[in-house]
Amino acid sequence: MKNMMHALITATAVTVGSGLVTLHAKPVTYVLPDETAAFKPGPGVEVAQNNCTACHSADYIQTQPRGAKFKKDFWQAEVTKMIKVYGAPIDDGDASKIVDYLTATY
Amino acid sequence: MLDRREMLKRVGSGLAALGAATSFDPIKAFALDSVTLPFDNGERPLVKYPQKRPMIGLTSRPPQLETPFAIFNDGAITPNNAFFVRYHLADIPLSIDPGIFTLEIKGSVERPLKLSLKDIRKLPAVEITAVNQCSGNSRGFFSPRVAGGQLGHGAMGNARWRGVPLKTVLDKAGVKASAKQVTFNGLDGPVSDKTPDFVKALDIDHARDGEVMLAYGMNGDDLPVLNGFPLRLVVPGYYGTYWVKHLNEITVIDSVFDGYWMKTAYRIPDNDCNCVDPGTAPKATIPINRFTVRSFITNVTDGAKLKAGTTTLKGIAFDGGKGIKEVAVSIDGGKTWMPAKLGKDLGKYSFREWKLPVKLAAGPHEIKVRATNNAGVAQPMEALWNPAGYLRNVVETVRVTAT
Repeated sequence: MKNMMHALITATAVTVGSGLVTLHAKPVTYVLPDETAAFKPGPGVEVAQNNCTACHSADYIQTQPRGAKFKKDFWQAEVTKMIKVYGAPIDDGDASKIVDYLTATY
Repeated sequence: MLDRREMLKRVGSGLAALGAATSFDPIKAFALDSVTLPFDNGERPLVKYPQKRPMIGLTSRPPQLETPFAIFNDGAITPNNAFFVRYHLADIPLSIDPGIFTLEIKGSVERPLKLSLKDIRKLPAVEITAVNQCSGNSRGFFSPRVAGGQLGHGAMGNARWRGVPLKTVLDKAGVKASAKQVTFNGLDGPVSDKTPDFVKALDIDHARDGEVMLAYGMNGDDLPVLNGFPLRLVVPGYYGTYWVKHLNEITVIDSVFDGYWMKTAYRIPDNDCNCVDPGTAPKATIPINRFTVRSFITNVTDGAKLKAGTTTLKGIAFDGGKGIKEVAVSIDGGKTWMPAKLGKDLGKYSFREWKLPVKLAAGPHEIKVRATNNAGVAQPMEALWNPAGYLRNVVETVRVTAT
C-alpha cells in the first residue's frame, strides 16, 4: 500500500512535469489496412481459402519461389508443417486437396 | 490512387482523434503501387500502414513490411516510419494502453516483479545505436531458392534505442544461482492455441551483459506500434528474431528453453561456416546468433547508366558487434580493390557509412563492395548456403554502364 501511494504521487509529478508522458499514457489503437493478396482461382481454391486464411494471408503462398523444385513435394511439406508444427486443424481429405490446388496453381 | 483531398480529410480526422486517445487509422486500405525485387516472383505491393511511409509489402496478416532500399542511402539511421516489420503470428496487439501495460519478471528469481511503463522509465536510461536485421534478410537471393519469407535486402534497419539494461531489471528481481536462461514473450500470439507462441531465449550471462536492453524509445520517439510499442527487447549484434516486440513477460529458467522457436526454428548449421552444400541438410544445428559481416552500395543500383568520369560511391557496412575495420570497393569485378573512407563511428553495433570516389571509364563495370570487421572476418566472395535461408552476406555486386 505504501508502495502504491508512492507510485501514485510520483506518477502525478511526472504527468504535471511533462506533456509528453501524458500523451504516452493514453491508449493507442491501430487499424491495419485491408489485405492486398487473394488466392488465385483454380480447382480447390475454396478448400485452401477456408483452411489457410484462418491463420495467414494469401501472400504467404503467392510469394514463395516457383519452378520445378517447388511443386508437389514442396507444397506437401508446407501443408504438413502447418498441420504438424503449427497445429492447423486440417483433415486429411482437405490437406490433399490443398496440396493439389497449390501444386497446380502456384 | 488516393486523391489528395481524401488524404487530407483522413489526416485531419486522425489529428482530431489525438485529443482523446492516440489512434492510427489506415489512410487507405489498398496498395499504392508495386515494386519488383530482383529475383523470380519478386513483385510486391507498395503498401501504406499507419505510422509508416510506403513500404514493400511481403505479407498482410500478420504484417511483414520491407524497407525500400533507397532509404539506406539517406543516412546511417533508418527512420522509424521506414523501419521494417516482421511478425510471425497473426494475433497482434492493436489496442495498447501504456497506462496499464506491465512487464512481468518471474521464474527463478528471488523477487518476482510487475513493472509498469512508468516504473521502467524511472530507471536510469541508456542508449545504444544498433542494427536490427531479420535472420532471413535477402533470402530471395538464395540459389537454390528456399522456402520462407522471400525478402530483398530491406529487412534491416539501424536505430538509436533508448531504454534500460535488462541487467538492471534482472538484478532488481534477484536471479537465483540455478538460472540458465531467460525467456521473452510479447503481447502478440497465435490465432490458434495449438500454434506455439513466439517465445525466445537468451543464456543468462548474455541476458546480464549490460547491453541487452528493454527499449521504449527509438530515434527519440516512442516505438512505432508495429515495431513493438510500448517495449521491446534489443539484443545488439543479434538477429531480429531475439528482439521480442510488445515485451511483457520475462521468465528466468533453470534449463535450456525447448520451445519451438528456439529448438526447431531459427537454427543454423553447427560448423565453422554455418553453411552446407546447396540442397543438403546439416548434420547438427545451433540457434542463430550474431549477424554476419555485410556491406552495400546504396547510391548506385544494379543496371544503372552513369556518366563516365568520377563518381562517388557510397554505402553502409555492419557486423555482429566487432565493428567495421575496413570497406573495400572494386570496379573491375573483384580483380583490384580500393579502400573506402569510413564515415562517423556510431558504435560497434551500428551501420557504418562509407564512400569512395572512383573513375569510371566508358563501358560496363562490375562494382563490388566488401567489408572486414575488427576480428578480421571478411564477407565471402561466393554465397554460403543453408536450408533456412539465413545469414546471407555474400559480397554484393552492382553492374553499371558508364557512357
